[in-house]
Order: sequence, then structure tokens, then C-alpha cells
Amino acid sequence: MTTNSPAVSKNLLIRFLNINTSGQTSGRNLPLWRQILLQVMCLLILGSVMFPIMYILTLSFSSKTTRPSSLELLPKEISLGAYQQVLDHPTGNPVTFNELLKNSVMLSFGVGAVALLVAVTAAYSFSRFNFRMREVLMVLVFIPLLMPAVGLVTPLYLLLNNFKLVDCGKDVMALMPLFACDGGAKGKLIFNLRDSLLGVGIAMTASALPFAVWNLKGYLDTIPRELEEAAAIDGADSNQTFWKIIMPLAAPQLAVTFFLGFIGHWQEFVTSWLFLSQPKDYTLAMTLYNMTGQYASSIPWNRFAAMAVIVALPVAFVYVALQKQIVGGLTAGGIKG
Amino acid sequence: MALANNKQIQKAKKQRNLLPYYYLVPAFLIMGVITFYPLIYQLVISFTNFETKDLLLGLSSPDLKFIGFKNYIDILTGSLPVENFNFFRVLEFNFWWALSNVMLHVPAGVLIATVLNTEGLWLKKIYRALYILPVVVPPIVVATVWRNIFDEQYGAMNQFLTVLTGLLGQTDPVRLRWLTEFTPPIPGFLPGAPLTLAYYSMMIANFWLGWPFMSVVATGALQSIPRDLYEAASIDGATGNQQFWNITVPLLRPAMIPAAVYGFTLSFNLFNFVFFMTGGGPARSTELLVTFAYNLVRNLRWFGVAAAFAVIIFFIALVVLLVTNRITRATQNYSES
Repeated sequence: MTTNSPAVSKNLLIRFLNINTSGQTSGRNLPLWRQILLQVMCLLILGSVMFPIMYILTLSFSSKTTRPSSLELLPKEISLGAYQQVLDHPTGNPVTFNELLKNSVMLSFGVGAVALLVAVTAAYSFSRFNFRMREVLMVLVFIPLLMPAVGLVTPLYLLLNNFKLVDCGKDVMALMPLFACDGGAKGKLIFNLRDSLLGVGIAMTASALPFAVWNLKGYLDTIPRELEEAAAIDGADSNQTFWKIIMPLAAPQLAVTFFLGFIGHWQEFVTSWLFLSQPKDYTLAMTLYNMTGQYASSIPWNRFAAMAVIVALPVAFVYVALQKQIVGGLTAGGIKG
Repeated sequence: MALANNKQIQKAKKQRNLLPYYYLVPAFLIMGVITFYPLIYQLVISFTNFETKDLLLGLSSPDLKFIGFKNYIDILTGSLPVENFNFFRVLEFNFWWALSNVMLHVPAGVLIATVLNTEGLWLKKIYRALYILPVVVPPIVVATVWRNIFDEQYGAMNQFLTVLTGLLGQTDPVRLRWLTEFTPPIPGFLPGAPLTLAYYSMMIANFWLGWPFMSVVATGALQSIPRDLYEAASIDGATGNQQFWNITVPLLRPAMIPAAVYGFTLSFNLFNFVFFMTGGGPARSTELLVTFAYNLVRNLRWFGVAAAFAVIIFFIALVVLLVTNRITRATQNYSES
């Protein structure tokens, strides 16, 4: 009922614009007036799409460190000064851009790779075998998918916070919670798993893993079983089938799953912002967050703009390269009906 | 001899029966430690008053008390000592936010896809390529950039409106307090949950982000509709409009419903976007369940309350999943029904 009103207005709009919505070939060209009407509409949409993009690009290429006082959507100058400054000295903290980049890359690639490796055999098992408890185990694996990342960070924070390396003095180290310093002394904290990239990686894997299993299982289900049956007749055992038949066929999807994970984890913010306290561990997403809002009044907007462009580029690149595969899943499912 | 052979076969069979479980071992080992155990731990501490002072000793902390359902009751009755918090208002806003987004994105996506599918439209390919730009930009970047655009003093939106009103003869600069104004522009639009200007700002930014994806899905589905359907319809004398409603819409439905459901769940838990753009403000008017949960653990450090909140989110997500699954399944087999 609620969806009714947009549908009606769409109908009016279509009638008004007299769009040929059927996609049918009338064989001839569009009448000129209709062409013009549609072109105007397309250009207006294009304007709205390009508005923030041009705005941020213009800002990033500007050398002015003061905030913009009037609207500029086309760069008057191409100054790479802001990019230079961001790359040299991204934040107020003594941390280099390369370190931030390294942290982001390590987290996104590491989590993606680990999740994939662990998930692939589980996905194979769910997709190909019929065994007792299969349904129950599948529900168990997919239950965490229901939980948004925010819903899982609290216990992980508390649990990982227990793992500490403490310097008790006199060249004695203690690994908590297994060992503690003698006499219950507090000692000096050297390493806290919670406050480290490793800890964040572990926490991120917790939500990445079920997704990887789900995504891979969906793909493995589409690989025809005849190939395996043929291999079995030729005397291959299950392990050989898995490595020699399934893995090569699934390779493209493995890559897609990995890169989807990369896109997601590159922007990971929930866990890292909660867990990490030392500037040397910060990621690019955290830095970008720090460059906006009420506490960022000292940061020139051109530098923020340059940072935004830099953070966006790798994701945009991966997306464009994999666009077909990413959207493919949804539309293919739809066509099958 | 025959007996031994039989035994061997049975042994091999038994091994084969165990094989699917072997494949599951790595995933379940890891998930057991970093997913299932934390989820159970979360359930346990949701019944306690876990706070920062208990961090060191965890469940064995002397200050820690089991307080039964107090956390849950406090959350649901809004008696947490937090300003402007009312659970059911946040819940209502959360649902409305997800619903209103999908209700705008899907029709807009379909409409623009049909326009771009018009035979003989000039520059079609260029439009298609540029219109997907919002999809490839990471949402955290989109949110920070739009936050900037909606800045009261230096933001591009007010500057743009100033240009527009300037054309109408107004000379005063527009100074809308997009993200900070608390008085709702349309009072009573959503009874019980005031929609501030910040909500509309987020709607604009998320519309920019959301329709192109729907348009990509719709384009794929449109192109898979067989031409002869339209030819047959026009031989029977159906107008373009009739063809749209009787051929295009029904055949788009199997692709658009899953996309809409996906969009709904995505917007429902759109943490990064909302946190980066408004942080839930002003006065918690744009707070989603996930952003509020994050506030509980990250800023207030009430781990027990945050755990209880996460459990509540889990059950809400479960209900949403069951309902949306039903919708998807009910509309899946249009062609067969």
C-alpha cells in the first residue's frame, strides 16, 4: 500500500515524458523532441551524480587551505599540494601515510585471505555432501550473519582484552591470562591483543568467515555435479576431486569473494575504532573519520578532500574491474526466477 | 577373504561418511573460538552490570553482579541514564529509514534504467558508465563528503541553494542548519519520531548512493526480457503504457524484489554511513539501533547494557529476516504462479 504512491507518480511521469518504456524496437529513430526531452533529463541526472564528485575533486586540487566561501565545481587550478601534504603528514600524530596504508592493507587482505582459506572447505562440505546434522550446522554457521558487526564487538573486546604481555621487571615477562607476575604485581603492559592490529584482524574474521562460507557455497552449488561424477568414475577420491576439479572451477569466485571482502574491510571502522588506541595502528578509514566533524576544525578542507579521494580510489578500481561479477549474482538469480 | 573385503569396504564407507565433517573442522574450530564463544559470553554478560572497572578480571570481578533482566528492561523502557533515548522511537525511526530509502531507490532505479534502455537514445553508453560512479565510491567516503557538503557555513549545498535563490532575485546567502537544526521541517510527518533536517540530508546523500545500484540491477533484468513479448503485445494492440505495466513490471519483479530486500537490510544496519554523516545527531534524532549500540560500548563503556542491546538487535534482525525471506519467496516464482 505504501509503495503505491511512488508507483503512481512514476506512471504519471512516464506518461508525461512519453518514454518508450517497452524497450521495443520501433525500428526508427526517436522523434527529435522526445530525444531532446530525454537528453535534458539524462543531463540533469548526470549533474546530480557528478555534483559531489566534482566538488570533492575540485577541492582536492585546490591549493587554498581556507574553507570554500562559494561554490566551485570545476578546478581552477591543478595543485597537487594537498595530496603531497596528506602523503607526507596525514594527521597531527607522528604517523606516516605509508604506515596507515600498510595497516589498512594488512587488515583487509589478511582478513580476506584467512576467511577465504578457512571457508572454502566448509562451503564445499555444505554444498556437496549430505550428512547428518547438515542443516543444523549450516544454521549455526549462518546465525552470526544476522548479527551486524556492532553486535559482536562487545564480547570480542572484552575477551581479547584479557590477552596481554606484561613486563614484570627483572627481565621477567608474563603472558596473561596464562601467567601473571609474581605476587600479583601489575607490571608494565607491553602488548595487549585487543589494542593491536592482530586483535582487530581476529575480531573482523569473526564476521567475515560466515559471509565467505555463504558466498562460496552459493557459487559451488552452481557447479554441475556431472564433472565430479566423471572424476569419481575415473578413480579420483574426494580430496582429488576437491583440489583438481572444484578448486580450479571455483577460482574466479574465490577471487570475487576475496575482493568483496577487501572492499568491505578496507572501510572497516566499527572494530578498529573501538579496539585501537595507538596512532601507529590507525587505518585510513579511521584517519578519514578524524578529518571531519567538530574535532577537525584545524584540518584544511583541501587536505580532507585529497584524503577522501585516496581512500576511494582502490575500492573504485576493484569495483570497476569486477562490476559484472558483483552485480551478476543478483540479476542472474532474478532471471532464473 | 570375502569377509575381510567386506570389512574393508565398510571401513572405507565409514571414512567417506566422516569426510564432510573433516572439511568442516577448520571453520568450526575457528568460529567456535572467535564467534560462538563470544556470542555466548555476550549473552552471559548481558545479565550483568559489566563496566570498565570489571575489565581486568572479567566475570570473576568482585564488583560484577548478575542483575537478571534489568539491562533489557532499562533499554526497553528507556530508563537508561542517557539523554534523548527512547528505544521504540529509535526502532520506529530505524524501520522508517530503511523503508523510505528503498521506496525511493527502487522506483528511481527502474525509471532511469528504462529511460536508458530507450532505443536510439544518444550517448547511452556514456550515461550508463557515469551513473554507476556512486556505486563504486566507498560509503564512508560518500558520508564524509556529504557531511561536508551539508556544512552550515561553508558547505556546497547551501552555496548551491544560494546560487539558485540568487537567480530568483534573493541576495541573502542560504544558511540552512542541515545537520544541527532540531526542529523538524514537517512536524508530525512520522508520528512518534521527529524527522529532523538531518534525516532529509541523509536521505539525499543515501539517495545519491542508492539508486544507481537499483538501476544496474534493473538494466540487467530489462535486457533479459525477450523482445518478442513486446512485438506480440503491439500486434495485439497494446500501448507502450500497457506494455510497461503488463510486461516490463511483472518481469522486472523477480529481479527487483530481492534487490529491494537487500537494500532494506543494508539500510537497516547502515552503520558507517550514519555514524560518519551525523553520528546519530542532533539529539539522537537520526540514531539507528546499531549506532546507539556502538555508542553504548565505545563512548559510555557500559559493556553489560551494550551486550543486552546487541541481543535485542539480534532478535530484531531475526524477525526482519523471516519477514523479508517470506516476501522474497512469495514473489519469486511469478512466472509459475
